[in-house]
Amino acid sequence: MYTILKKEVLNPTVTRMIIDAPFVAKRAKAGQFIILRVNEEGERIPLTIADSDSEKGTVSIIFQIVGKTTMLLNTLEEGDSLHDFVGPLGKPSEIDGNEKVCIIGGGVGCAIAYPTAKAFHEAGSDVTTIVGFRNKDLVILEDEFKECSDAYYLMSDDGSVGQKGVVTLKLEELIQSGEKFDKVIAIGPIIMMKFVCELTKKYNIPTVVSMNPIMIDGTGMCGGCRLRVGDEIKFACVDGPDFDGHLVDFDEAMSRNRAYMDFEKHEREETCNLLNKEVA
Amino acid sequence: MPNMSLEKIAMPVQPADERIKNFEEVATGYTAEMAMEEATRCLHCKHKPCVNGCPVNVNIPDFIEKVKDGEFEEAYRIISLTSSLPAVCGRVCPQENQCEKYCVRGIKGESVAIGRLERFVADYHRENNDAPLTKPESNHHKVAIVGAGPAGLTCAGDLAKQGYEVTIFEALHVAGGVLMYGIPEFRLPKEIVQKEISHLKELGVEIVTNFVVGRSDSIDSLIESGYEAIFIGSGAGLPNFMNLEGENLKGVYSANEFLTRINLMKAYKEGSATPVQHPKKCVVVGGGNVAMDAARCARRLGSEVHIVYRRSMEELPARKEEVEHAQEEGIIFDLLCNPVKVLGDENGWVNGIECVRMELGEPDESGRRRPVEIKDSNFTIDIDCMIMAIGTSPNPLIRHTTEGLEVNRKGCFIVDDKNMTSRAGVYAGGDAVTGAATVIQAMGAGKKAASSIHEYLSK
Repeated sequence: MYTILKKEVLNPTVTRMIIDAPFVAKRAKAGQFIILRVNEEGERIPLTIADSDSEKGTVSIIFQIVGKTTMLLNTLEEGDSLHDFVGPLGKPSEIDGNEKVCIIGGGVGCAIAYPTAKAFHEAGSDVTTIVGFRNKDLVILEDEFKECSDAYYLMSDDGSVGQKGVVTLKLEELIQSGEKFDKVIAIGPIIMMKFVCELTKKYNIPTVVSMNPIMIDGTGMCGGCRLRVGDEIKFACVDGPDFDGHLVDFDEAMSRNRAYMDFEKHEREETCNLLNKEVA
Repeated sequence: MPNMSLEKIAMPVQPADERIKNFEEVATGYTAEMAMEEATRCLHCKHKPCVNGCPVNVNIPDFIEKVKDGEFEEAYRIISLTSSLPAVCGRVCPQENQCEKYCVRGIKGESVAIGRLERFVADYHRENNDAPLTKPESNHHKVAIVGAGPAGLTCAGDLAKQGYEVTIFEALHVAGGVLMYGIPEFRLPKEIVQKEISHLKELGVEIVTNFVVGRSDSIDSLIESGYEAIFIGSGAGLPNFMNLEGENLKGVYSANEFLTRINLMKAYKEGSATPVQHPKKCVVVGGGNVAMDAARCARRLGSEVHIVYRRSMEELPARKEEVEHAQEEGIIFDLLCNPVKVLGDENGWVNGIECVRMELGEPDESGRRRPVEIKDSNFTIDIDCMIMAIGTSPNPLIRHTTEGLEVNRKGCFIVDDKNMTSRAGVYAGGDAVTGAATVIQAMGAGKKAASSIHEYLSK
């Protein structure tokens, strides 16, 4: 069992938990993920490692409440335990300390972008971060990002906070104003990563994306997470989750992520009802 | 006077039209009377050819003698001397290629039903006398086992019986490997697998789940932390695909994914948190046991199921019994044809496969006649689900994260005749060495490695 040491509400739909998991903490690096099961009947879901402390043996996860499992996870409190928590999985991000990088986070993807930004910063890179949210209530990790960024830009769809517009608007502004990025790293909804890659291709800037396909085992034994990258089929759980964004087939990835949409919708509604009943 | 009937006592089974509506065990097992009757067919040959056919050399005539006399517990004790998982082996071993292949009674008529008797004995023991085992006294030597599949479990059991302090590291959330995620409930109830694994725990074997060797920790740091020998039984779990156009469409699964969702995650159950598609018409590509398992699972989810295989009925690598069961359950065999393209709709879902008809040419290096495409024979099957069961390879994670472990071109660990890898004290066995093979071969390898490890650490 893996105890929840701390639970923190970051915004109405996003929660941070710090989990006691010494084996995972010992080897965890930026870009890697874990798979957890909330209870004995639960499904396995992947979540990125948002932070880890090998001395304390703790791992932070940040999740958005989107469906049945994340709703159940969010009902747990400090002191409660997760049934299963396995990792670190996937390849660590490639971190180079001599680069000028632009790290782009979209929505809850910022939870994944943050450890990457932090790792580049600690390695000595010049870090620019652009983060985007739908509105001001959804902003997360602002202080954390500022601490590890040489420049930090906040965007919102409705202009309620930061600059109004999408992250690609800011990225293109910076590029046109003469900023020379060695590398762009985009982490967030697939559609956002796709548009970032279309933009950076135009300017010929190497771009890494962190893919988030459906996973089951996360150890390379099923291929549920497979993606088309250039001419090859890759398993995101072992070959990734980071890939060259200019080679990823985003449309196919988006389609594959919708495979269980009806089931998920049904489960979410059932769980909503269930949880509401319990409250009432 | 032995019973000279040419036929085995028939195995009671659930009728096909009933069993396709559930995931309960197809074969329901012998009664005590049936087992004792079948046991009288054994001739107790002096040279015991059946024993040599068993990869773990169970003393078959001796245990059958006890069954004949109704001394089922004594029969269990005899099997346990050499086998750690008899309830599993009695169910899933391809006995026709092993013990029963060499049975003298098989020369004229059917061989003795050794597998069914082993299963009966193990089930009898579990249901009637399941006192916990006593933990042997420790010899203070520590051995780590990587992977809790049949090879690792057997190796662990044998070492624990000799007093070794054994820890198994398993990547998934439960132990059992393919016994849990691959072989369906209707062939091998998961409760039985867990019961057999609990015997190992009683012997003092520690099982650490959720631990991916190669990620959570490396082979080298396990050695540094005090394990004197390591056995790698990590299997061959990496699924192969055909690299066809359209293979990434929704509704196209590897058999591993489909079976893992169903068996490990219980996606067939109403209310399961893990989803699986319930297809209307499904094609399973391949002809091995995994293909049969996937096809029969899909059938139980309510689908019309076609097996697409590029050779003919004679070359099907699956066990004859499994093929027969599949046929009884209404699975359609589209033989001598091979998929060339997967077709999809505008929403990215599979809606058909294009196949080409094949004919058999000259035998290839495996001795099987090589299938050759018949020109312009392409045709389309309308489907909403496709399951690829064309084999698996060893997962590269351990070899990519461990220096000095030699592998062959297929990625299988190279071992010597004592199952030792290119690194001293590091042993390997099962599918990780052979590529995808059988449960009992993996158990045989685990057994052999345990004896080599004992020899190595006794020096």
